Amino acid sequence: MTEYQIHRHMTGGVRLVARKRMSTARTINRTLRPKRLIIPMTQQLGPPATPSVVPGQRVITGQPVGEPGRAPSAAAHAPRSGKVLAVEERLVPGGSQLLKSQCVVLAVDDKSTDADIEPASEWPNLDADRIQAIRNAGIVGLGGAAFPTADKLGATERCGTLILNGAECEPYISCDDMLMREHATDILRGTQTMLDLLGAERCLLGIERDKPVAIESMAAAIADLGDARIRLAAVTSKYPAGGERQLIELLTGMEVPSGKYPIAAGCVCQNVGTAYAVGRLVRLGEPLTTRIVSVTGEGVAEPQNVEVSIGTPIRELIEHCGGYVGDVPRLILGGTMMGYAVSSDELPVTKATNCVIAVHSDEIRDRYEEWPCIRCGDCADVCPARLLPQDLLPRSRTYDFDQLKILGLNDCIECGCCDVVCPSHIPLTAYFRDAKRAQRLHEQHQHLADTSQIRYLRKQERLRLQDEQSELHHTELKAQVAKDSGSRQETIQAALDRVQRRRNSDDRIT
Amino acid sequence: MITGTVILTALTATLAILLVLASRYLPPAADPMADRLERLLPRIQCAQCGYPGCHAYAVAIAAGSASINRCPPGGDETIRELAHALGREPEPLLASLGNASLDKVARIDESLCIGCNLCARVCPVDAIVGISQMMHTVISTHCTGCELCLPPCPVDCIVLEPRDD
Repeated sequence: MTEYQIHRHMTGGVRLVARKRMSTARTINRTLRPKRLIIPMTQQLGPPATPSVVPGQRVITGQPVGEPGRAPSAAAHAPRSGKVLAVEERLVPGGSQLLKSQCVVLAVDDKSTDADIEPASEWPNLDADRIQAIRNAGIVGLGGAAFPTADKLGATERCGTLILNGAECEPYISCDDMLMREHATDILRGTQTMLDLLGAERCLLGIERDKPVAIESMAAAIADLGDARIRLAAVTSKYPAGGERQLIELLTGMEVPSGKYPIAAGCVCQNVGTAYAVGRLVRLGEPLTTRIVSVTGEGVAEPQNVEVSIGTPIRELIEHCGGYVGDVPRLILGGTMMGYAVSSDELPVTKATNCVIAVHSDEIRDRYEEWPCIRCGDCADVCPARLLPQDLLPRSRTYDFDQLKILGLNDCIECGCCDVVCPSHIPLTAYFRDAKRAQRLHEQHQHLADTSQIRYLRKQERLRLQDEQSELHHTELKAQVAKDSGSRQETIQAALDRVQRRRNSDDRIT
Repeated sequence: MITGTVILTALTATLAILLVLASRYLPPAADPMADRLERLLPRIQCAQCGYPGCHAYAVAIAAGSASINRCPPGGDETIRELAHALGREPEPLLASLGNASLDKVARIDESLCIGCNLCARVCPVDAIVGISQMMHTVISTHCTGCELCLPPCPVDCIVLEPRDD
């Protein structure tokens, strides 16, 4: 099998110090037995799952604890047997910030007789049932965005190329690398399933060149499998080569249209971890209850990759890796570029948590002073989305939404390349993120304004019609009264006459 | 030369006639400035500016009879945009008007509601539903947080809450 040759350069991007070797020295550690699990219902990009257990109930390994909500949503399962302590709202890690979510809190008892393990589900024969099985297994994109996999695979548009993302471009993270080294066969089994479901002709597996062991392992597995559809492509180790849009462009030469999903370019992008989860589901009938997490950084004693039950508190994970070393003021969830800092280690590992960095205080640099933009254009050179950060910056500061729309702020993937190269140390990404948030709010307000105006005008119109009608009614009534008055006079006169007659007759009696 | 003159004259004459007809029969643009200003307002029709609805306020600003700082829900942002559109300096918001906000929605405490229907009558956007003697409720996606329903409620069962997205 020959390697897929790439004849184009990546747009933008920066070469970063990878710092991945720190956590790749040991094999994947599978001995973590958490005592408590906090299983969030919002672990996917989409509506939350609905808890299907009650406090006090005992659940067995692999039992669903959350039913998928309205699509795109995914189910949640109990990774281990135990007793439900509570179903409550907690702060959990989301895509780019902490968010509030219902959580099922579990006290693990880890009994592992047959009765304590949910029976493996049969892999169905029909495509529609298979997609439903993937949804019921709670599989979501494990690269970080956590988009429900079933909804990606069930898209009705035609998909020609499945992009398998093993680039893992962010510093420190090595969970996909280790997975590819150790589980190449399962990854490929999942890949084949996804290819069949999508009806795609080919699969391109993109791996950054700085992972020779993973490339070797995957190449050998592909050769063993002999599936001509799957081809391996070594891509340049430049951040953010592993971004969905960037990898598609690098491998196929096609650009995903602004504001659309990759399917618009005939591609579907899946992370290798997702392929592994699908492979496990096909082979063993297992739902997604564990994932590989890189625990790394100078602040942890034994940096390594750990297979973690979803919901494990980060504190137990760190303790399992030898605990903290020295002063660790904060943790970073995700990589150093797109991840975010948290100060609590009571948060659970979710399906999207690919890396936990324990930051030693020596690793944190002082905050640089922000200098004025000198319009050097370095940020535009490294922007993988081909934007002009130097032009976006002043408009982001003043919330000039019309201009920001024209300049394509919404295409910013917040990768942070511009921050890295900026000689004035301007936190550009932070400005853009803030402007995006403000823009969303502004659009909501505009929408509210438009609908309100329409509803207001309709109400005015309705009231006017009502007035008109009641006016009409009144005039009609008056006319009626006027018309009737003649006959009414006669009636009154008749009655008066009658009374008069009776009086006269009464007088006669007395 | 003559042909050219004739053609050009005919052309200008036709166009002139067309223009005259258009100006006579097409509906006139109401007030372009007022329309433009109205687009900049939050248009939630809260009437806290003292005018009956955003359109009336926009017309008043365009006519020069109202200041641009009378829109509490729009706040500083709207004032800035209005000032920009009019080529004036922004002014601080007039504090005495009210505190309607786009980030709030009304909620009716349904256990207290007596079904008097007074709130539904004043709601500018028909966001309150319910018939006489029955419980009323607020359609929160349509509610603009204008607070107009608060004063008429005889049992004070309406509260404003932050809008959740």
